[in-house]
Amino acid sequence: MSLLPAAPALAQGGFVQDRSADAGGEAGCVARDGVCPSWIADNFDRYTGPLGEHVLLTVVALAVGFAISFALALLAHRRRWLVTPIVQVTGILYTIPSLALFFLLLPITGRGFLTAEIALVSYTLLIIFRNVTTGLQGVPSDVVDAARGMGLTDREVLWRVEIPLALPEIAAGIRIAATTTVGLATLAFFAGAGGLGDPIYADLNFKSNVLVAGGLCVLLAVVLDLLVLLAQRALTPWTRAVAS
Amino acid sequence: MDAGGGVVSTPLAALGLFGDAVTFIFQSQESRTGGDAVGGLSDFGGMAWTHLQVVLASVALACVVALPVGLVLGHLRRGGFLAVSVSNVGRAVPSLALIAVFIAFLGATFLNVTVALALLAIPPILTNTYVGVTQVDREVIDAAEGQGLTGAQVIREVELPLALPLIFGGLRTSVVNVIATATIAPIAGVVTLGDPIFSQSVYGDQGKLAAAIVVALMAIVAEVGLGAAQRAVTPRPLRGTPGATRRGRFLPTLRNGAPTP
Repeated sequence: MSLLPAAPALAQGGFVQDRSADAGGEAGCVARDGVCPSWIADNFDRYTGPLGEHVLLTVVALAVGFAISFALALLAHRRRWLVTPIVQVTGILYTIPSLALFFLLLPITGRGFLTAEIALVSYTLLIIFRNVTTGLQGVPSDVVDAARGMGLTDREVLWRVEIPLALPEIAAGIRIAATTTVGLATLAFFAGAGGLGDPIYADLNFKSNVLVAGGLCVLLAVVLDLLVLLAQRALTPWTRAVAS
Repeated sequence: MDAGGGVVSTPLAALGLFGDAVTFIFQSQESRTGGDAVGGLSDFGGMAWTHLQVVLASVALACVVALPVGLVLGHLRRGGFLAVSVSNVGRAVPSLALIAVFIAFLGATFLNVTVALALLAIPPILTNTYVGVTQVDREVIDAAEGQGLTGAQVIREVELPLALPLIFGGLRTSVVNVIATATIAPIAGVVTLGDPIFSQSVYGDQGKLAAAIVVALMAIVAEVGLGAAQRAVTPRPLRGTPGATRRGRFLPTLRNGAPTP
C-alpha cells in the first residue's frame, strides 16, 4: 500500500510486523488475527495518538461548521428567502461522498488537515443550519410578541428570547453533526490527516485492532453526544421542569 | 490536456489534473505499472455497474428488514425509543469500522459487504417509516377502523400511502449514504468505483480523481432522482405542504411542551 506515505509508523503495516514481538504469551492468538486482551492492553498506547487526531478533527469541524451555519441561519432568519438556496447548496455539499470530496480537494489544497477539515465542515453545514432554522421558526409568535410588548429590541428578542427557546433544537443538530463527523473522520486518513481510520486500515484482518479502533470511534461519538446533551440540559433548565 | 500528474500545487496545474481525470474516464490508458490498459468507459462502466449492484442489493436488503418493522411499530405506536436509538447508534458506527469488522470476523465477500452496507442503510429507513406512520392523523385511522378495516388493511391502505413521502425521504438518505460508502468496498475485494482510489499504483492520480468525480456524480443523480420520486409518490393534496415532502428531520426531537416564562 503506497497510499499513505505521510502516515509513518502505522500505515506501513506496523501491526502486522509487530504482532509476534509484542504478543507476550499470546503469540498464537495474535498470529491467528484473534481478539487478544493482553495484546490490546500492551498496545493500547498506539491508539492514543490517532484518537487525539480524531478528537481534534471532529471538534474543529464542529466548531467551524457551527460558526458558519449559525451565522447563515441568523442571516436567513431575517431574510426568509435565503433559506431555500442555502439548503440547496449545503444539500449538494452533503450529498457528495466524503471520500470523493477528499480526492476532489487534493489537487487544490493538497494532503493534510485542511483538506480533511473542508470536507468534514461541509457535512455539518446542512445538519446544523436546518436544525437552527427549524428551532427559530418553532418559537411561538405569542412569546415574541410579548417580548416586543415589553420593549425589547429586535436584537434583544433574538438573543434573549428566540435563541434560548431554540436551544433544544440547535443542540439536537449539533449532536447529529457530532456523531456523523466522528464517523466520517475515520476516512480522513485518505486525505493524510490521520485519525482512527489509520490504524483500522493498517490491518483490516486483525480482529483486536479493528475492535479497539472501531470501539474508540463509537465511544468518542457517544461521549460527544452526551457532552452536548448535558450542555443543553444545563443551558435550558426550563425544559426539564416541564418534562417532569 | 497537458501532463498534470505528480505533485500539483498551483491552481492551474490542478485544473490540468481535473482535465486529465475527465479524459481518463473516456479513454483507456496504459496503467502505471505498465501492461494492461486501465480507465476508459468500459473499465469505469464495469466498476460503476458493480457499484450499482452493491448499492441496490444492500438497500433492497435494508428495505426488507426496516419497512415491516417500521410499519408495525408505527402502527402499534410502540417502540419509538427503539426506532430512534437504532438511528442514533447507526450514525455513530463509522462505516469503515463496520466493514472492517465484517471482513475481520466473517471474511471478505460480496455478501458480507452487502450486509454491512445494509446495516448502514437500515436506520434512516426504519426511523422515517416509524415517524411517517405515527404522524398519520389519528382521526383518519379512526375513520378507517370505523369502516371496518382490519389492522393489516389500515397499515396497507391508509398508513403506508400517507407515510410514503417520509419513507422515500429515508430511502433517499440511505441510497446516497450507501453510494458514498460502497466506495470503500474494494478493501473487501468488491471492485466498485473505489478501486482506483485503493489501487492507486495502477490508476495514478488521474484515475483516483476520475473515480471521485464519477462517485460524486452518481450520488448527486441519486439524490435528485429520488427527490423527484419522492414528490411523485406524495399524494396530490399533500404536495406543497412543507411537512409532508420534507426529507424527514435528521432526528425526531421532542420539544418539551410550551416554555414557561
